[in-house]
Amino acid sequence: MSDVSTPVAAARPRLQVAKLRDLALLPAILVLLVVGFIASPIFLTGGNLLNVVQQQSELGLVVLGEALVLIVGKMDLSLESTLGFAPALAMVLVLPSSEHGLGLGLPEWTALPVCLLAGVLIGAVNAFLVLRLQLSGFIITLGMLITIRGVQQGLTVGQSLSSTNMPSLYYLGNATWFGVHASIWIFLALFVIAIVFVGYFRHGRSLYAIGGNEAAAKAAGIRTTRVTTVVLIVASVLAALAGAMMVGHYGNVTASQGSGWIFNAFAAAVLGGVSLNGGKGTLFGAMCGVLMLGLVQNILTLAHVNPYWLGAVNGAIIIGALVLARLTTGKAQD
Amino acid sequence: MNAVEASNITKRFGQTVALNDVHITVADGETHALVGRNGAGKSTLVSMLTGLNRPDSGQITFRGEPAPPLSDREAWRTKVACVYQKSTIIPTLTVAENLFINRQNLDGGPVISWSRLRRTAGEKLSEYGVDVDPNAEAATLTVEQRQLVEIARALSFGAKFIILDEPTAQLDGPAIERLFERMRSLRDAGVTFLFISHHLQEIFEICQTVTVFRDARHIVTSPVADLSRNQLVEAMTGEAVGLGTGPTRPEPAQESILDVRSLALDKHFSGIDLSIRKGEVVGIAGSGSSGKVELGEVIVGLRKPDAGTVAVSGKALKPGSVPAALAGGVGFVPEDRHKEGFVPGMSIAENATFPITGRLGRFGSISGRRRAAVAEKMIGDLAIKTSGPDQDVADLSGGNQQKVVMARALSSDPSLLVLMDPTAGVDVKSKENLLDAVDRAATAGTAVLVISDELDDLRPCDRVLVMFHGSVAGEFPAGWTDNELVSAIEGIGESSGE
Repeated sequence: MSDVSTPVAAARPRLQVAKLRDLALLPAILVLLVVGFIASPIFLTGGNLLNVVQQQSELGLVVLGEALVLIVGKMDLSLESTLGFAPALAMVLVLPSSEHGLGLGLPEWTALPVCLLAGVLIGAVNAFLVLRLQLSGFIITLGMLITIRGVQQGLTVGQSLSSTNMPSLYYLGNATWFGVHASIWIFLALFVIAIVFVGYFRHGRSLYAIGGNEAAAKAAGIRTTRVTTVVLIVASVLAALAGAMMVGHYGNVTASQGSGWIFNAFAAAVLGGVSLNGGKGTLFGAMCGVLMLGLVQNILTLAHVNPYWLGAVNGAIIIGALVLARLTTGKAQD
Repeated sequence: MNAVEASNITKRFGQTVALNDVHITVADGETHALVGRNGAGKSTLVSMLTGLNRPDSGQITFRGEPAPPLSDREAWRTKVACVYQKSTIIPTLTVAENLFINRQNLDGGPVISWSRLRRTAGEKLSEYGVDVDPNAEAATLTVEQRQLVEIARALSFGAKFIILDEPTAQLDGPAIERLFERMRSLRDAGVTFLFISHHLQEIFEICQTVTVFRDARHIVTSPVADLSRNQLVEAMTGEAVGLGTGPTRPEPAQESILDVRSLALDKHFSGIDLSIRKGEVVGIAGSGSSGKVELGEVIVGLRKPDAGTVAVSGKALKPGSVPAALAGGVGFVPEDRHKEGFVPGMSIAENATFPITGRLGRFGSISGRRRAAVAEKMIGDLAIKTSGPDQDVADLSGGNQQKVVMARALSSDPSLLVLMDPTAGVDVKSKENLLDAVDRAATAGTAVLVISDELDDLRPCDRVLVMFHGSVAGEFPAGWTDNELVSAIEGIGESSGE
């Protein structure tokens, strides 16, 4: 058949823009390392850099979840509330009423499973509302964000919860494996697993297919509803796990744990090249985005920027970085 | 052996019968054309043949074997593939991955080998003579390349029967030739095609057999060679089943209302000149890619032209501005009533009086009583079936919704009325009401432009212009026959009225 090939001008790949975009943040990270080195001699020490990764590990899991949801073409704003609600629910179920618990007397070991189960539940509710009832993902998960946070406030009467005897929930956030914080291992391991999964497995690739053209994905035999449901649940579980890690890390669950995180989660994912329109971007890029945000934060702290101005500077840098990413890739941000 | 045989297929969607006991048999190795006007049931048949929809009754066999169950996509894909008008390519992935979408693990193992995927994709593409870089992002492909990739993907499943649903609609001349060249060589290699097109000359060029559907029914199947063009057009249009005859209005005045001079828009049309006199009704017909709807949208300001002018009653309109068009005395019915025609959730009275809210009260306020009075009159004039002017438009039937849109267009007593597909998806009775309203408006001196490919809409026109590929290909005074008009619309040169 090839003998009749009437040549059609092949589309020249524009120097693999997609690939370049994955690495687009590496130069920025290098620049940040240099700036940090100039700002403070402590910055470029192994201890400080590991500290940055640990600080970002919880946000990192939320970003991982959000990036997966964005790639499949949806949005989930409720992740930031899940971050506080899931561990808080676990604690009120286990703690006696004298410590702001419900006094149900659940055994201590159930705390972590309950926390993760709460994640599964929230993800499943989101999936039901968005996929089955066909409601707008943006506004529904915004509603879930407010509702879940409200339920947490109601259950805890606005109190911070802590316990001196709940190793199952506290373990992940303060354990050390091979001399390095467990949360760092978890952060890296989950990203590696996810990167390999979406890069080298058929079911992982289907996320990109659904986000890129859902009708075409369906026509190719992909069970789009099922895959999207699983992604929404996984994202919520990742947020719940991040919440558990925060409990161990900081020693308690405050009533506002996770509040305002969703902006950073979106910023990190978009900085890393993940498209808000779905089907585009890599998890490696998203991971670089998280680390970059952490480095910025760390440098600002080390440089003794007035803490009252931290928010403004941080926000401005994120906006600047997005503008830069837009200019360097030359493509409209979507 | 027949590649596919479908018999006694009936399919209903609610009240409408989409297919009424039709049959089609496509012999192995032939290129079989399926033609019919809009709504003939072609798309419904395709969705049955590709396993996306189940017929209410009847059966489908592929090479003598019954069709697989709907849930077994894998089995369907080895039997039949379809290149739809709408792309089934995922733009964010590479060509290679699109070729093997959802089966990227070529060796059957769990892990995808990207080097193997790229290599195999390259081999497949060159085997089918498709010169496209497998590593290119699919979004960068042209329509032609995209179709070739879809055809290659179909073949790589082992399907030997391929449905092409209006593949030439978005291609230019040389690309169509290349597509035909490729279809011929694939046919020599034993591939069977079902080819759907609105352009009849293409059918005479590439197909051996043709099946005509009309009004959800099978009309004829015949070797292409045994059929003249006129017979084919006749089969498509059937007996003339017109509503009215010709126009019975008084002769239009000499005064010109609409003056369009050398209007051009991107790739849609260019060099359009058009004048409509006071009280004259002019129709514009043409296929979907002729640019007729875009022309109407430029005239009413929904789109901004690249060149040329639109003047109404001697005053040039600001290009691309709907408010300017409305102020200049234009009323219009947009093509898609759901998107641009009315606001669901608001009442008939509100929807019908949008353009004249300024006249309904003082200082920007709206007098409910005056609005209701205006709406009551429109409801009477257009015979809108409703419980009253306060009823929600969303609760009305399609025909009555369209009447509300028409009422809105007429509310400002426009000097120019532009109607785009005014009777699309509307029942016969409502159609009559709508066309009567057009007639009344013209008698009262409104210049009317009717853009449609429904012959019934065009019949009351004083003259009909036919657009083909972005320019006016012919003009027919009232009294044309269905055959000559349809031939011109479908681009068969011989009877276009030069």
